[in-house]
Amino acid sequence: MGRKLLLEHINVPGINTFDVYRQKGGYRSVEKALKTMTPEEIVEEVKKSGLRGRGGAGFPTGMKWSFLAKPEGVARYLVCNADESEPGTFKDRYLMTYIPHALIEGMIVSSFALGAKVSYIYVRGEMMPQIRILEKAIAEAKNAGFLGKNILGTGYDLELYVQPGGGAYICGEETALLESLEGKRGNPRIKPPFPAIAGLYGCPTVVNNVESIAAVVPIINDGGEEYAKIGIGRSTGTKLISAGGNLKKPGVYEIDLGLPVEEFLYSDEYCGGIANGKRLKAVVAGGSSVPILPANLFMKTVNGDARLMSYESLADGGFVSGTMMGSGGFIAYDEDQCIVRNTWNFTRFYHHESCGQCSPCREGTGWMEKVLHRLEHGHGKMSDMDLLVDVSKKIEGNTICPLGDAAAWPVASAIRHFRDEFEWHVTHGAEAQTRNYGLAHYADPLPKKEETVA
Amino acid sequence: MLRVDEQQQTPVNFSPELVAKFDEIVSRYPEGKQKSALLPILHLVQAEYGWLSVPAMDKVADYLKIQDIEVYEVATFYTMYFMRPQGKYVLEVCRTGPCGIVGAEKIMDHIEQKLGVKEGEVTPDGLFSWRGVECLAACGYGPVLQIGPEYTFYENLTNESVDKLIADLKAKGNN
Repeated sequence: MGRKLLLEHINVPGINTFDVYRQKGGYRSVEKALKTMTPEEIVEEVKKSGLRGRGGAGFPTGMKWSFLAKPEGVARYLVCNADESEPGTFKDRYLMTYIPHALIEGMIVSSFALGAKVSYIYVRGEMMPQIRILEKAIAEAKNAGFLGKNILGTGYDLELYVQPGGGAYICGEETALLESLEGKRGNPRIKPPFPAIAGLYGCPTVVNNVESIAAVVPIINDGGEEYAKIGIGRSTGTKLISAGGNLKKPGVYEIDLGLPVEEFLYSDEYCGGIANGKRLKAVVAGGSSVPILPANLFMKTVNGDARLMSYESLADGGFVSGTMMGSGGFIAYDEDQCIVRNTWNFTRFYHHESCGQCSPCREGTGWMEKVLHRLEHGHGKMSDMDLLVDVSKKIEGNTICPLGDAAAWPVASAIRHFRDEFEWHVTHGAEAQTRNYGLAHYADPLPKKEETVA
Repeated sequence: MLRVDEQQQTPVNFSPELVAKFDEIVSRYPEGKQKSALLPILHLVQAEYGWLSVPAMDKVADYLKIQDIEVYEVATFYTMYFMRPQGKYVLEVCRTGPCGIVGAEKIMDHIEQKLGVKEGEVTPDGLFSWRGVECLAACGYGPVLQIGPEYTFYENLTNESVDKLIADLKAKGNN
């Protein structure tokens, strides 16, 4: 078991208050950064840490920061993306609820590194309780001299505000988030220009996930190199995993990247196995948008290696036999779950959340939802599976923002790996209304690959 | 839900306290960028009146010095804003993925039966309405529901806990 970096003090009573958080060593990174480091040195530490964006795309945070344009006399902004809405993901809610000062502390250090004088935390509107928690935390930090004018006597000024969203998944896409923050509909912008050049109000802007910003705190406290020692390969540091679905112990866990998935799933320290003594059928490893995998492919790669919770290992096999780390929204399905129904449920979600700007996504998501609805309700045709794959291929890559891809991948992967279950829904339409296909062969060990003679 | 309700034209007047809150929100943004305050202000207006009527939205447009349509297009885009009157308590049940596999649909059926109204309709006493909503980012605690305007969360729902919640709200709402 590794050292917890973000959740180390999560069980300390009163850790959500400034005083207790400070007692436990909170806000040290602000003192260190503002008093002893230059903004460039902070960016350099974050680069060295190898920290990758925790929102889903996994883009290196330090590199994102170094792209920020710095024209003279133009304001720069840091915007925290707390519009957590990816089905399966609830780590940011957890962090903001129980240890809000970790985010505030990270925001101060990051804003200083980027030269922002005003920063916003864009929180999804449904999280009104978390908005109240953050506003209280900001007031406490301001009271203690860590926010406002002339922070700790260093001459650095920073105002931090919380902005509520209005209930739209699409606003988790960074340019849609910026549109929403400007008081508009959440329609993603065409890139380029990227936010680093023209973001909020046309000014250079960095948008980072809650967890990425909170991770800056241990990086500054202990140094980027220390942080990079945790993890495996290019997956450095710790990651919050939101574990949900049919698990004995669902919840938010901080893991060292590189933890074997088997340990994560079955050990008592983490999920504790599948609930009610059932067997695992399938896993969505990184939020609803990433490809779903049957149990056997999830536990082991096609080469027979044990899969690890890391960006690379989860992606091993590409989209043919692998998946993605995404935002760490881990959903486990037991043997009683119906993959067709689940795929229909996800597609309804994407149809509902499509902003309607690009026709492939606007029309395609609705089309897929209708076809999946009829498959699930026993009116499907054998040709529907190819139709779904065809529609998904025509959405993927043909939209302004990645919501189109996110809608296409779960459908394409479900058909790739669970085609016989879809076909059973066609051939046994009436039976499928009263019972599920069950585990079938989805947890069976993979056939050994034949050895090729060189 | 997506259409602006033009039937109800009761004029609204924002109280000085409410306008003071608007002023504080506008002060968070740079000069001339007051439109950024639109979403937070609409939340405050909805908390006050229970939904967003056309006169209320027009008033917000006047306050922010933007066109009426700029308010309508935003209010209809985001799912949290109600375009017609709701019950005093709106039960919003998450129905997506992880909540779906732990029984959200059964909870929704139970609520429908218990309240005796269909999704989106208001009970005759005006106290309740309910609807299914998409992922509320609480997937480990499903099934979940939330109730505005405070957006209090109720987790790990069972039929019994829903019955108790409805009974408690009834007692509270009738006082």
